[in-house]
Amino acid sequence: MSILEVKNLTKKFGGLVATQDISMTVEKNSITAIIGPNGAGKTTFFNMITGVYQPTSGEILLESEKLNGLKPHIVCRKGIARTFQNIRLFNEMTVLENVMVGMHAHLKAGLFGILFNLPTTRKEELDSEIKAYQLLEYVGLEDFLNEKACNLSYGAQRRLEIARALAAEPKVLLLDEPAAGMNPKETTELTRLIRNMREEFNLTIILIEHDMRLVMEISEQIFVLDHGVKIAEGKPEYIRNNPKVIEAYLGTGAVHAG
Amino acid sequence: MLTEMIQNIPQVLIDGLTLGAVYAVIAIGYTMVYGILELINFAHGEIFMTGAFIGTAMLIVLTGIGWVSSVPTIIMLIVVLLFTAILTGLLGMGIERVAYRPLRNMPRLIPLITAIGVSFLLQDIVRFIAELKKGNYIVTGPSLFNSQLSIKASSISSIFTDATIKQSFVIVLIAAVLMMIGLDFFVNRTKWGMAMRAVAQDRDTAALMTINVNKVISITFFVGSALGGATGVLFAVQYGTIDPYIGFILGLKAFTAAVLGGIGNIRGAMFGGLLLGLLEMFASANLTLLSHGVFGAEYKDVFAFIILILVLLFKPEGLFGKPVTEKV
Repeated sequence: MSILEVKNLTKKFGGLVATQDISMTVEKNSITAIIGPNGAGKTTFFNMITGVYQPTSGEILLESEKLNGLKPHIVCRKGIARTFQNIRLFNEMTVLENVMVGMHAHLKAGLFGILFNLPTTRKEELDSEIKAYQLLEYVGLEDFLNEKACNLSYGAQRRLEIARALAAEPKVLLLDEPAAGMNPKETTELTRLIRNMREEFNLTIILIEHDMRLVMEISEQIFVLDHGVKIAEGKPEYIRNNPKVIEAYLGTGAVHAG
Repeated sequence: MLTEMIQNIPQVLIDGLTLGAVYAVIAIGYTMVYGILELINFAHGEIFMTGAFIGTAMLIVLTGIGWVSSVPTIIMLIVVLLFTAILTGLLGMGIERVAYRPLRNMPRLIPLITAIGVSFLLQDIVRFIAELKKGNYIVTGPSLFNSQLSIKASSISSIFTDATIKQSFVIVLIAAVLMMIGLDFFVNRTKWGMAMRAVAQDRDTAALMTINVNKVISITFFVGSALGGATGVLFAVQYGTIDPYIGFILGLKAFTAAVLGGIGNIRGAMFGGLLLGLLEMFASANLTLLSHGVFGAEYKDVFAFIILILVLLFKPEGLFGKPVTEKV
């Protein structure tokens, strides 16, 4: 069953075409990778799905519900959360607070409850702190909960971003280059985490990644973009041997030479 | 000379803390808005002034219908404070919605000039209404809490002289401190406070974390303006006579306090306000003495703005602010 469907998605910035007529169907509970050379339009594509950019034309459907034209915070409430290529944590807030910000939509506390410090509000705050702690435990950051986010190591910041995204209780999780800057050991841990998350939280995961070993190992389906156009889609084995993909990465002539 | 200065320290402390608390609460309004929008909301001083007028009007009406004699004064003051806070909060929210939001993505100078325009508008609207109702834009409210308290500072140490304070001083101080504690709790411990800090740090990322940025900005304006308006009422109770132009100089001083504490930093604004109040009262008590009569107490305003200039020259990020690195 498909959860996310994209139809003929096009984004133009003035005369520049960032993505052109991209269509894709993502199966529920699958791991999908989007790959392509730099400037292929991968992050633009994520930005359209999350409502940061409005597509010039085309449709985005989450469980058959149209997402076009919705503001980012609404899209996230509908169930799409993401992490960022260049880490974007709230650096001056603590690790725990960063995760709690991710829960914002799920906290009901009205102004009234806050002002009068009602027992229900207090209980909810406590519950959310416990839940945030559990998520930190899940990504292995529970020891740093009162540390400022900017003091964490690079790999830990990436994991914190994942915990924050999970806090929004998404159906679809978008990971933008989750392994960038990680050493091989961290990448192996990340691979395990991504697989485990899918089972634990019943997620559909879409990732942009340049680390081909990671991509080939975990994805069930791969989409390849080049110059804003989808040039191939299929299972890892198929993509690995696709002449068009090799050409996009290595240039014309590479296929014949190889 | 030194002994005289030491003698009046208790009085300087009490006056300074009270004035400083007023600056501090208004400075919070400047700093919160700046933290989120990088906008210096010059209309904030006028929100304070509007609050003073709304509060005074309510007190006059309530006195007219005989509430003052039948209800304890303190309860009446609390009711007036709450109503004024809600009204000025809504006013601040409305100003943001009408005047600033459409200009959100414009160059920063444009909303800044709009803010100055809004402040003139508020001044003239209030003046118009006051003249219509009272025939004069300088309004004197009913005097409350006039009994004098004496603090026997000389019993602590014989070098101090006794300080006298009006009862209203104590009320202003307590109310302002309560507001600051409440705000600090709101910002640090609640869902919306946390959302506010998240939006201040990175608006786009916050939006991707299910936070409704426009709502957070509205709440920020509501809270800042409600505090500013309530402080206006306290000011009116304290000084009795108000006019539509009190917001200008007081707003500038509160802005100075916000810069002193590091603009965008709420606790910094509180500290900056208290410090500025103390420095100003110290200046007004001792300038004549220090300059052998060349400068009088009326130079205390100059003193406050010299501080602003010095801070901007030597520590532009303020006492608690972080040095800003130019975004690339």
